[in-house]
Amino acid sequence: MKIVAICGAGIGSSGILKVNAERVLARLGIEADVSAAHLATLAEDAANAQIILTSPEFIGDIGRTNADVIVVENYFDTAELTRKLQQALE
Amino acid sequence: MALPDLPAEVVALGVEVDNWRDAVRAAGMALAESGIADASYADEMIRMIEEHGPYVVIAPGLALAHARPSPAVKRDGIAVVTLAEPVNFGHPYNDPVSVVLALAVVSADAQIALVAELANVFNDSTAIIDLGQAKSVEDVRRILGAA
Repeated sequence: MKIVAICGAGIGSSGILKVNAERVLARLGIEADVSAAHLATLAEDAANAQIILTSPEFIGDIGRTNADVIVVENYFDTAELTRKLQQALE
Repeated sequence: MALPDLPAEVVALGVEVDNWRDAVRAAGMALAESGIADASYADEMIRMIEEHGPYVVIAPGLALAHARPSPAVKRDGIAVVTLAEPVNFGHPYNDPVSVVLALAVVSADAQIALVAELANVFNDSTAIIDLGQAKSVEDVRRILGAA
């Protein structure tokens, strides 16, 4: 499974999302390729992605996608991330 | 790995600011004083927020200010600024902000070890509150588990 974390710079916040998503998925026993990306390279990076992780500001910029878009409120709350990833994967 | 050394120059506690721009600028100044980035990096961090909104407020009370790797960044590093009075960034969930972390990395690949350490620290939800109340550079080092 391919998951992409999006932020404005492709470093920092998307990196935090990537690291925490990997931790949550490992705990759930789900294998996934999680990458951090920024808006400028989104079309390329998010092609074939099943899930896009991001914050509310970027929803409008993501545009049309077949991926499930997960909006994360607190990037350090792994319980929130677990709940939302589980919902998307059901 | 642990977080990079936190020299005293990258820590500013109880800084008085009127708005989010000044809060980010204070963090940029701390990066500049320690030679991690040129002063212009502060403008790049502010521009990211102007362009994309306050998404850098990634958790309640915490802004992770950052910009893309650029020639303004001299080496990987972070700065820690706590505010005397919290300011709003305009975030839908996580305002007001009392702690600004500024992140500068030379390349996107260089960030992962650094953000993994930040995640280790801040996945404990008390860390932001503790940091906001830190009274000394030693407090900040202890909370961040830095040398």
